[in-house]
Amino acid sequence: MSSRKADPAGFAAPGHGRRVVARRREAGLLLLGLPALLLLALVFAWPVLRLLSLSVEGGTLAHFEKAALDGLYVSVLLDSLRIAALVTAICLVLAYPVAFWLSRAGRLGLAIGMFALLLPFWTSVLVRTYAWLVLLGRNGVVNRTLRDWGWTEAPLPLLHNTTGVLIGMVHVLLPYMVLPVYAALLRVDPDLTRAAEGLGAPAWRSFLRVTLPLSMPGVSAGCALVFVLSLGFFITPALLGGGHVIMISMLIEQQVREFLEWPFAAALSTVLLLATLAIYALIGRLTRGARLATS
Amino acid sequence: MQLSVTGIVRRFGTVAALGGVDLDVAEGEFLTILGPSGSGKTTLLKAIAGFEIPDEGAVTLGGLDVTLAPPRSREVGMVFQNYALFPHMSVAQNIAFPLEMRRRPRAEVRQRVEAALRLVELEGMAARLPRQLSGGQQQRVALARAVVFDPKLLLLDEPFGALDRKLRESLQLEVRRLQRRLGLTTLFITHDQEEALIMSDRIAVMDKGRIQQIGRPGDLYARPASRFVADFLGESNLLEGRAGQGVAQLPGFGAVPLPGAAAQPDGPVTLLLRPEALRVEAAAAPLPCRATGTVLETVFLGQSAKLRLRVEGGAEMLARLPLRPSDPPPPAEGVVVTLGFAPEDLHVVPQG
Amino acid sequence: MPRHRPRSNRPRSNRPSPGKILLGAFAGLVFFFLLLPLLVVFPISLSSAAYLQFPPPGFSWQWYQRYLDDPGWIEATWRSLQVAALCTALAMGLGVPLAFFLARSRLPGVRLLDRLTAAPIIVPTIILSIALYGVFARLQLVGEWYGLAIAHTVLALPFVVILVGAGLRGFDETQEQAAAGLGAAWPWIVWRVTLPQLRPSLVSAAFLSFVSSFDELVLAMFLSGAAMTLPKKMFDNILMEIDPTIAAVSVLQILLVAVALGLTSLFGRGALTTTITR
Repeated sequence: MSSRKADPAGFAAPGHGRRVVARRREAGLLLLGLPALLLLALVFAWPVLRLLSLSVEGGTLAHFEKAALDGLYVSVLLDSLRIAALVTAICLVLAYPVAFWLSRAGRLGLAIGMFALLLPFWTSVLVRTYAWLVLLGRNGVVNRTLRDWGWTEAPLPLLHNTTGVLIGMVHVLLPYMVLPVYAALLRVDPDLTRAAEGLGAPAWRSFLRVTLPLSMPGVSAGCALVFVLSLGFFITPALLGGGHVIMISMLIEQQVREFLEWPFAAALSTVLLLATLAIYALIGRLTRGARLATS
Repeated sequence: MQLSVTGIVRRFGTVAALGGVDLDVAEGEFLTILGPSGSGKTTLLKAIAGFEIPDEGAVTLGGLDVTLAPPRSREVGMVFQNYALFPHMSVAQNIAFPLEMRRRPRAEVRQRVEAALRLVELEGMAARLPRQLSGGQQQRVALARAVVFDPKLLLLDEPFGALDRKLRESLQLEVRRLQRRLGLTTLFITHDQEEALIMSDRIAVMDKGRIQQIGRPGDLYARPASRFVADFLGESNLLEGRAGQGVAQLPGFGAVPLPGAAAQPDGPVTLLLRPEALRVEAAAAPLPCRATGTVLETVFLGQSAKLRLRVEGGAEMLARLPLRPSDPPPPAEGVVVTLGFAPEDLHVVPQG
Repeated sequence: MPRHRPRSNRPRSNRPSPGKILLGAFAGLVFFFLLLPLLVVFPISLSSAAYLQFPPPGFSWQWYQRYLDDPGWIEATWRSLQVAALCTALAMGLGVPLAFFLARSRLPGVRLLDRLTAAPIIVPTIILSIALYGVFARLQLVGEWYGLAIAHTVLALPFVVILVGAGLRGFDETQEQAAAGLGAAWPWIVWRVTLPQLRPSLVSAAFLSFVSSFDELVLAMFLSGAAMTLPKKMFDNILMEIDPTIAAVSVLQILLVAVALGLTSLFGRGALTTTITR
């Protein structure tokens, strides 16, 4: 009951006391966050910055020049961007209807859909990549089935080329597109579509005029995520591309592993990181535009 | 226990949420802070509970200065607007929480929880989770949890806001009885003037971070100290006139004798007349102050009717007519009627 | 993520229109595409043939037997479990307090810091991998299992912060005030009132940390050295010999994830999808 004890310094002015209490609270919170922030600084920020700084070691931009002038590196970067764009587009086309279906599904449909979405999502990328090797090979399950059904005569080239890489990457990244779009669609008040239909709009028009614009934040969030993640992809293209599809991350690995070319790898890393951040910022700006347009 | 608040100021940036509040609550008293949203009543409550520390002033509880004490050492029971029951704990665990925090022996906890449940008539509900209870039951659990540890002070922050009208009324009386029985010093926060009138020993009306008037409900209703209090507490007719030589000139009514005429300086004057003091037709005939008026609107309310009228040559006024089932229907829209009131029902509202 | 509103979103008419049937069929095909690779490894893992053959010519448990008998596989599995366990402990032990700090502090710059903690998700893993490879090589941490666990913690932290932060922001803080007013001190309030209600977020965050570390390959390729983790071993196996042992391992992994996913959705109501939707 001796509440004075809570105020050991005996501050005369309560205003002063409030600042002390607030400061003590902030100090306590900071103490909570500090260990993790320290870890992120030491094991993430510092090593990455240190790596990036290697690219301009000796005060020369020679490594960037090499990356920019050598046709090989430029074409790999362009290829990576092209594949990332393709993966994003395919994911969007597949994901939007699925997300829309999920947002309207009953309890059972939602459970089944989420299971089908999350189980592969959490399964090791290696397991899935291995399965695609089994499925897509010359004598794989897909080609054999197609032949047995008489749809094709010669086996389709599904593996060790861009097609295989695209299939594998879309499979890995599809949930990253479905879930944000689904969340955005849930946020659309169903009464709005009903109101639009009540005002005389046919279902497809109320979809185009109301639901679609309101789900745009989810679409752009999904696109940003998928694009950025696919740009840095490594395992899937390495295994399913069979050496015929080279992404920039594979190039970076090669520079370090085989040639020990740290500064050049650092320059390529810088380029990859800048491209990633630029795309993120660009899509973020588009999202804001979409939000403004819909609000 | 006795609560006293002296000179409390709390500024947020340049805005003063509390601009110097003084308040004394006697032991066992039920005091209501009544005010519109943004009047500072929540900030005052937070300062008393310890969730907010004021820039200036002091809070004393039972003679101890608790201005800077953390909430947990204040021994104040509080019922939150949304009850803030812990959803993952059963009713009994919720009520036991303050006792466990005080490390009471297990047998005592069990016994006091049972007593508290009996007190709020929820004996069979001990094992339920809050979400399995109705709004009124949740409210009672919150109340039991707030009083089970014999707090020095009970704070009620708009606890009836989420309940429907019928339930609210019965709970208001129940809380009132319980408070009397336990003799708990209680501070009640509300923006609902009717609720304040029903429950309180005294009411403090707050506006713009200050207490505008404090007093017994009847006094506040009959003799508000400002236009704001007159307007906020109940319905009112505020009549503007000119005072001179013990009478006021009111448009439509003519010269009206002023209550407490001697003290009234000459000049403009604002007079309060409660709608129930304004009579029409037959009831108005014997009254000294009369005028004619046109009915603009009639609202039937069951036990009474509310009339909006325009006084001939004067302002709009409200009248509330008591209605018995055998009475004829109240005058309809457009009807011209006689209005009247007794001068002793007038109250001079202080200027400013 | 907002709470799902199944009732209000459900169409009112009972007769599905052709458009709805088409939509359902499309969704079904996509779900089939998603599950196909998982389904196909089951029969292969039970095949009697030594090389990839589909449909399998006969039934046999031999690949499971081979997995269990091969010390290389078992060692790699143990190492991965160890790394994932330490990673989970670190990510939770550091990430949950960090989430409190980021959600509650009013210091200037906290919002920026909150965004920056998501950086490990955005920065391509290959960049972090070679960056850490350089540092770890100097510290002679390459090949140490705990070094890899620390590296994995960096990747898991953002997930923990996002999940627990979302839980905290959805948490009604008046409950903490109520607990304080009822006489509880801060550690008790957090332990008795806040954390129990964050359980769904905590369970999901722990699951996520564990699985993300258990499956992680790119960092492991650079940092695990000769001490192989399970994904590294699988990667090498796919590149070199590709026999159905890996199918058996895959099946075991899928079952593990399915069980964990089931448990998590039992205790972590809906929080799993939050990471991706935010």
